[in-house]
Amino acid sequence: MVERQANFDEMHAGDGSVRRAYEDYCDWHDEQEAKWLRRKHADAETTFRKTGITFNVYGEDEAEERLIPFDMVPRIITAGEWRRLTRGIEQRVSALNAFLYDLYHRQEIVRAGRLPERLLRDNAAWLQQMVGFTPPGGVYTHIVGIDLVRTGPNDWFVLEDNARTPSGVSYMLENRETMMAMFPELFSKVPVETVSNYPRRLAKSLAACAPDATRGKPNVAVLTPGIYNSAYFEHAFLADQMGAELVEGSDLRVKDGRVQMRTTRGYQPVDVIYRRVDDEFLDPLTFNPQSMLGVPGIMDVYRAGGVTIANAPGTGICDDKAIYSFMPEIVEFYTGEKALLPNVQTWRCSDKDSLAYVLDNLAELVVKEVHGSGGYGMLIGPTSSKKELAAFRKKLVANPQNYIAQPTLSLSTCPIFTKNGLAPRHVDLRPFVLVSPDGIDITPGGLTRVALKKGSLVVNSSQGGGTKDTWVLKET
Amino acid sequence: MLGRTAHGLFWMFRYLERAENTARLLDAGLRMAVTRDLATAEEEWRSVIAAVGLTFAYESKYDAYAGQQVWNFILRDKDNPSSVLSMMGDVRTNARAVRTAITGELWQAVNESWMEISDALGRQVGQGSVGEIVGMVRRAGTLAHGAMAGTLLRNEGYHFARAGTFVERADSVARILDLKYFLLLPSLSYVGSSLDKGQWDNILRSVSGDSAYRWLNAGQIDARGIVEFLVLDERFPRSLAFCHSALRDELASLARMHGAEGESNALMREADMRMADLTIEEVFEQGLHQFLLDFIASNTAIAGAIAEDYRFVR
Repeated sequence: MVERQANFDEMHAGDGSVRRAYEDYCDWHDEQEAKWLRRKHADAETTFRKTGITFNVYGEDEAEERLIPFDMVPRIITAGEWRRLTRGIEQRVSALNAFLYDLYHRQEIVRAGRLPERLLRDNAAWLQQMVGFTPPGGVYTHIVGIDLVRTGPNDWFVLEDNARTPSGVSYMLENRETMMAMFPELFSKVPVETVSNYPRRLAKSLAACAPDATRGKPNVAVLTPGIYNSAYFEHAFLADQMGAELVEGSDLRVKDGRVQMRTTRGYQPVDVIYRRVDDEFLDPLTFNPQSMLGVPGIMDVYRAGGVTIANAPGTGICDDKAIYSFMPEIVEFYTGEKALLPNVQTWRCSDKDSLAYVLDNLAELVVKEVHGSGGYGMLIGPTSSKKELAAFRKKLVANPQNYIAQPTLSLSTCPIFTKNGLAPRHVDLRPFVLVSPDGIDITPGGLTRVALKKGSLVVNSSQGGGTKDTWVLKET
Repeated sequence: MLGRTAHGLFWMFRYLERAENTARLLDAGLRMAVTRDLATAEEEWRSVIAAVGLTFAYESKYDAYAGQQVWNFILRDKDNPSSVLSMMGDVRTNARAVRTAITGELWQAVNESWMEISDALGRQVGQGSVGEIVGMVRRAGTLAHGAMAGTLLRNEGYHFARAGTFVERADSVARILDLKYFLLLPSLSYVGSSLDKGQWDNILRSVSGDSAYRWLNAGQIDARGIVEFLVLDERFPRSLAFCHSALRDELASLARMHGAEGESNALMREADMRMADLTIEEVFEQGLHQFLLDFIASNTAIAGAIAEDYRFVR
């Protein structure tokens, strides 16, 4: 794989000088002994193993717990850069909520001819059961993760919207804890915005969306598929940090018009359910009848205002990449403003001319499945063999509306620590956004994912990516 | 607290206790095997397997009782569903499932012990390392109980964890005593006779009571004294009386916190009447074996009532 030289490096400018965001950090880094840093690097892994910050991977025989590699060089964003980003994120997230409300009510955007109806009609993520219903507080996406990529000093693009059940926030928090434990002196030298109050902000945001049936202080619970789920650690971590109950479907039942959990004192109502279970498993009476993970009848209680489900069922439609390709129109339609954060240029293969272009330029493009996630089922043209390209071309021609294509971006790089010193690797960023009737709350930071392999553009943890602590500098 | 969480805490500590007791038994067996002739050693290993309730599983696989084979079977054999390795895995799985009800320190104690033990049990255990591994398992218990004592909130979760510990400990000590005692005393006429001191020592070692017993009963080693110590001495933390009264305290705390007594408290009171003012003469009069059988049955019934009272499963 050829390393692209043209990309934007976030630490070093073209002439080798250190960019402003990294000045304080690099001063510190240059004073440290290489040997000591190497030891710290090894310590980090041991710490993660002992605390059990793992994700599960399913092999042929048994589930295995793996660590997501952690890189100890922080990814740093200045206060000014962050301010600009948050304006764009706020705009996009409020548009997403307005869009969801519209989709499940009058569908003005379709009537106005700005979004083709077929995108909803054939879409499993669009839920008939949500039509005409407004969730408590009018909030659909209580927690959103917006995936951003950068190509230049002021060039940020949205790569994906994660409105279904965005994960990874526990890494944002644990990466910071680890950095503070390993390099306490660094945090007295560099003024970094805190992220550690995220669980408190999440608890507050969820409580603000409690349903009408709530009596007294809202009872919040995190619904997990169980200890074998790949993100179980995160579910337990968030429940623990919020002081909420961590429940499984088998702990819950519908009783007296409420969703109630089985406690040692009998059944007690739950007001807000932060669910980490997909829509289709939520209620076997309404969706997948085979589901053992959900709660029979929960959708009836939901529609009667007896419980808040976060995120609301049916929000997953925003993760759809065909919908994504319409986000500039969607933002403009609901906010009346141009989108502050642009999309990555996207060709919809359902469109004849676009398909022709994509087929002609396949070797230069990234092609993704419309409903895919986690880096699976995608083609990265420039790094694929002739055989892979030919095989993909067949799939594409057979089912064009299942794909979108994007140019291969020259993603920004940020250095990682290697045995031979710092080396640039491609990164992306997922900030976490909370939505409640009180407003939109963005924690300054997020999850930086990094492709650990030299030259690689794939940052997904399931495909050999790692993570970094993300620093937003305080205003000075 | 969720019923499922109470269930998880209860069983997390039962499995921990069971793994620890198995390690103690192995420890005693090892000592016996290295200090005695081959025939005694074989008898000893047979009784260790019987004491952990694995006779059937073991004999389906092996014909003879040889040390290395026995301890590998008990510690790590895939055909043994209650190997120490799988029990420690159960401890960790339960800890993971109740992660929000235990402290970070307690979770880390369990997780680190699991990492150490599963690594050590990843290969055949030879003569040179078995003692060390037995030590690891005992230390796992010590670390978890220490982290719990020092950091866990004294809420209902704490009492479920402790209740699990004492239910399991009482069960295991009663079983060891029943088995070992009858191996050594084929008939009651032997009571009071002077038997091989090493064998008696071995019973005490199996429950880590050898030094405590010596300290309390300088030099005086006889069946009556040992049975009295293991059954009735409330000062010894692994005696039946100690476990019984500790469990009673835990159940009383749970009833107080929940504002109501349940079936478990009623059963506990019945057991109390049987244990109160009990003398060793009365135990021998009804027969030690019968006494132990009744004790185990009552203990099991109490455990079942706890699960019902606090909605462990439904």
